[in-house]
Amino acid sequence: MASSVTFSNSKMRLFAISLLFALCALSLPSSSYSQVDTFEFDTDQQQQRFRSLSDELRCPMCQNSSLSGSSGGVAEDLRREIHRMIMEGMSDAEIIQFMFERYGDFILFRPRLTAGTILLWFGPLLFLLIGAVIAFGIWRRARKISDDDAELDKAQQERLQQMLGDKS
Amino acid sequence: MNKLKFYLPVLGFVVVAIALWRGLYLDPKTLPSMLIDKPMPSFELISVDGKQVSNADLPPQIFLLNVWGSYCLPCLIEHPTLMRLTEAGDIPVVGVNYRDQQDLAIDWLEANGNPFSFSILDESGRFGIDLGVYGAPETYLVDENGVIRFRHVSVLDEAVWQEQFLPAIAELRAEGS
Repeated sequence: MASSVTFSNSKMRLFAISLLFALCALSLPSSSYSQVDTFEFDTDQQQQRFRSLSDELRCPMCQNSSLSGSSGGVAEDLRREIHRMIMEGMSDAEIIQFMFERYGDFILFRPRLTAGTILLWFGPLLFLLIGAVIAFGIWRRARKISDDDAELDKAQQERLQQMLGDKS
Repeated sequence: MNKLKFYLPVLGFVVVAIALWRGLYLDPKTLPSMLIDKPMPSFELISVDGKQVSNADLPPQIFLLNVWGSYCLPCLIEHPTLMRLTEAGDIPVVGVNYRDQQDLAIDWLEANGNPFSFSILDESGRFGIDLGVYGAPETYLVDENGVIRFRHVSVLDEAVWQEQFLPAIAELRAEGS
């Protein structure tokens, strides 16, 4: 009886774990969310560039999705513009510049390095450094307290004995 | 010194808490326009009523550029304000009929009234991209030199007119004189 209970428990756990994995897999960004491309390209490389550009640029209207994942009107227009510019032979940098001039840093999922975005880029590093300094301070102080300091001198030893002796 | 060490994290917490608290009330929809202090993008398009229009047709004084569409419900909310402004002769309003259809736009203007000196027909949304538009309604304040000076995203009602546009216009006028 007891063994059958354990068995169903482990089965349950297995089920729970697989469910968790399935949920995680579902929440991963997947290409199945992207809008259907109806654009035609001459080469696979052009199509590849179109995909990566529309993944890298953010939809201005729907805010938290990329151009490729958004069904919004502006996103549709901007995808069409990307297609046009690729077919006209513009480079990725030129296309990104085109978008930046009209929609600003917001449209770039990877913002440029400017005075305004420097904290955004290096903030995490700054916090890591602050943490490292604090951790180093704690470590240094812990090292300073040597074993000698932790030992009692003669007078303290006697007092301790006295206290313990009183109790017992 | 020890006291300072104790209060430093507390101080840090207070600073971060205030920053995040303020962040809760920021409107993520109000994005800065890239076109502020830049000339209006050049265009040679047709208007909703079928005339050729270009930058030369823009009013020579300070005017509003209002992005609208017949599908856009908030545009109906701001419509009475735009009507009042043009009827009172306060300021000319030029429309950008954004991602709409010409016949639907004409019907909409007939049904609701036309506050616009003219409306640039932008069926493809291509002119909207040059303006950095991301959806109707949006309203731009353009100065007498055709330079964009201010943008408001979403409904332009009387309160927005009083609190944001009037001060911005007063500033422009003070600069010009």
